[in-house]
Amino acid sequence: MITTILFYLFATVLVASAATVVTARNPVHSVLFLILAFFNAAALFLIAGAEFLAMTLVIVYVGAVAVLFLFVVMMLDVDFIQLRSGFQRYTPVGALVGLVLFSELLTVIGGWKLAPQAGQLRFAPIDTKISNTEALGRLLYTDYVFLFQTAGLVLLVAMIGAIVLTLRDRKTSRHQNIRQQTERKVADTLEMVSMSLNAGTGEGDSGFYRPKPADLVAEEHGHDDHGHGHGDHGHGH
Amino acid sequence: MIDTLVHFFLDTDIGRVILTFIESLALIGVLLIAVAYMTYAERKVLAAMQLRKGPNVVGPFGLFQPFADAIKMVMKETVIPSGANRVLFIMAPMLTFVLAILAWAVVPVADGWAIADINVGVLYLFAISSLGVYGIIIAGWASNSKYPFLGAMRSAAQMVSYEVSMGFVLVTVMLCVGSLNLTAIVRAQSHIWFCIPLFPMFIIFFISTLAETNRSPFDIPEGESEIVAGFFVEYSSMSFGLFFLAEYANMILMSALTTILFLGGWLAPFGVEPFTWIPGVFWFVGKVALCLFVFLWVRATMPRYRYDQLMRLGWKVFLPFSLLWLVLTAGVLMAFGWLPNA
Repeated sequence: MITTILFYLFATVLVASAATVVTARNPVHSVLFLILAFFNAAALFLIAGAEFLAMTLVIVYVGAVAVLFLFVVMMLDVDFIQLRSGFQRYTPVGALVGLVLFSELLTVIGGWKLAPQAGQLRFAPIDTKISNTEALGRLLYTDYVFLFQTAGLVLLVAMIGAIVLTLRDRKTSRHQNIRQQTERKVADTLEMVSMSLNAGTGEGDSGFYRPKPADLVAEEHGHDDHGHGHGDHGHGH
Repeated sequence: MIDTLVHFFLDTDIGRVILTFIESLALIGVLLIAVAYMTYAERKVLAAMQLRKGPNVVGPFGLFQPFADAIKMVMKETVIPSGANRVLFIMAPMLTFVLAILAWAVVPVADGWAIADINVGVLYLFAISSLGVYGIIIAGWASNSKYPFLGAMRSAAQMVSYEVSMGFVLVTVMLCVGSLNLTAIVRAQSHIWFCIPLFPMFIIFFISTLAETNRSPFDIPEGESEIVAGFFVEYSSMSFGLFFLAEYANMILMSALTTILFLGGWLAPFGVEPFTWIPGVFWFVGKVALCLFVFLWVRATMPRYRYDQLMRLGWKVFLPFSLLWLVLTAGVLMAFGWLPNA
């Protein structure tokens, strides 16, 4: 009984928030409602007993994809008035496209009949002894391992393509040499200056550090400077 | 009488709902006290490390300081900036705090002492901890002010980066256990705690939890010296208090996760007497307290990381290393036939 109530609760919120994603005026609100929709879909998965899918949905879509969505949408400087300015002009075209799509959907779904055997398949033949994490793992990594690997390779190629397209060595960018930074000692850039008449800090070798003259530093460090940008002799690392 | 009560709570729907509710309340009560005293412990430990006294005025040894702070926090006026998105502005701290509490539903504090001992406990914890970033992003955006926004951007990048290597660490542990259930993970450590065979992963995981909880030395989303207080600059009163408490609740949660994954959860060290005389829950609390102490110790010792160093550590050091160690672990388990459930 509680399961039924929860199902209708989550389903209602899911549909309502999905509708709000489209109708919300503020794009940030849209993304937040999208996240709410993902959550309710995860809850529906849980009710159906697919706990692994539910958690994966939350981790992948809510935890990673929607964060990037939100990130981008928040950074955009959207002018809402300009966004809605062409609303009346484009409404007829949009409505026409929507109508065509809707009628196509209707013809497809209207002509859809359940095959006689489908009734038996409605309850997927799940081995109840193993958890659904294990069942999914067997399907992906044992039964269909080559298809899975192929899909992985396709994604890898897409990823490399994206990196190749965007990665270029900007001549203006300055690179840091971490090893050089961490190995820098005080004596490399500062020198001790003695003070007279107890004017320094007191005990022992009284004195203070002051930055070495720039030309002296350049002399000492000229040899390990080739990691820097072209014609740039800045020592601001 | 007892029989009917047991039957009511365990076998009827409504009884189980009530029982879960009572269990949750008990856990939240303990957790809130722990959070309150975590703030006290932090100030005392930092003070001791810096040769100061710390809070010592309110109550004996300053023990009532957390309550004094709480009362002060509640009494203050809540200020909402005029340009802020009011709903999201109020929602962000609540979301952060709720997420910090929510994750505790699956944490087993002793054998069988979990409110929900679900099959995919690790994934649940990972999912909840990956949501923590929303509270911060929403707070930063809803404040409609530049420092919070900068803090939110930094935080989003940081938490997303460190989640990746944390995921690989979790997968390595799951490989050794053969289950995603937290109770099963602890039981699998009855011979040897995972912090010994998986020592490098233990270190990576602990450092990643520092980054995940935005704690020093990775507290650049707050970065007082550059962006004032980061994402919660505009917050005041209890809305600030919730962020503050959530940070400590998250620290305790991450320590509990480290304990479960690497330090043998409720198991006594070496599994021998006289250690086994002490109930498991005390071992669990003790190990969590140890992890929390290291959190504070790190804060007292390390200077803050620079943003680019943080990103470099996450993507160029931890990610390749944890991936390599994952493949290595899988190879060793396979080669020696140690794979569980094989």
